[in-house]
Amino acid sequence: MRPSYTLPMLTPLTVVLAAAALALAAWCGWAAYRDQPTKDWHFIGMAVVTLLALVQLVIGIVLLARGSDPAEGTAIFVAYLAAVVACVPVVGLISLTERTKWGSLTVVAGAVVLAVLQARLHDIWGGGSGA
Amino acid sequence: MPDSPAPKTPEPGTGPRGARPEGIGRGPGTLLLTLYGIFTVGAASRSVVQLTTRFDEAPLAYLLSALAALVYAFITVSLVRGGERARKAAFACCCVELLGVLTVGTWTLLEPSAFPDATVWSDYGMGYLFIPVILPVTGLLWLRRSRRSHS
Repeated sequence: MRPSYTLPMLTPLTVVLAAAALALAAWCGWAAYRDQPTKDWHFIGMAVVTLLALVQLVIGIVLLARGSDPAEGTAIFVAYLAAVVACVPVVGLISLTERTKWGSLTVVAGAVVLAVLQARLHDIWGGGSGA
Repeated sequence: MPDSPAPKTPEPGTGPRGARPEGIGRGPGTLLLTLYGIFTVGAASRSVVQLTTRFDEAPLAYLLSALAALVYAFITVSLVRGGERARKAAFACCCVELLGVLTVGTWTLLEPSAFPDATVWSDYGMGYLFIPVILPVTGLLWLRRSRRSHS
């Protein structure tokens, strides 16, 4: 395995994605605190986070194709990458049907889950031990 | 299915957009529904992986994970469907869930050797930020309150 294509390459993106998700959570949490539903700007924020998740999915698959081997198995790794992508769009749609602060709180929950998934993802590919 | 008028459980009305009936899946119920949905997916995929790849390692823990997934799935479906019967079913399931978390949580603390691998309910759901124990309590409170506001 060439060192230039290993899974730890994902670390910076993982950190950025987790931070973006937590920022989205805080933002929508603020909307919920002010008793407001999600607005256009929140959806743009969700789109940005989803886009980052898609980039992560593509890079992850490319790294796998180049021969990287996640510590906990390829299937689980791909499943987590897919779950990360699905997370925010799903809660975004739910918040469209629930135009109250509870819709905003739902997005908060989804974004926090995404951040937690990032931490798990780090473990799955072998994290600090250098897979 | 959730949109069709149920013969036995008439809903007081539909939401502002008519998307879903008012009741246990609206308002705070939306958040609850989402969390149960997330835990259904999480527990179900976890137990599928565990049961298919390494059932022999910790059969008890993995079967309990599968049971948890079933309970979560049932509550999620009930919250989506709405209506009085679904509310009662969800209420019963939340009781089962709470009982499960408390039993498994105590069991894992008293006899860790029975659980070589963790379940969603191990140590009262500590690995999941205690959400597994908070969720049924919140669910029970919400389902009780939504009955009062409806009848």
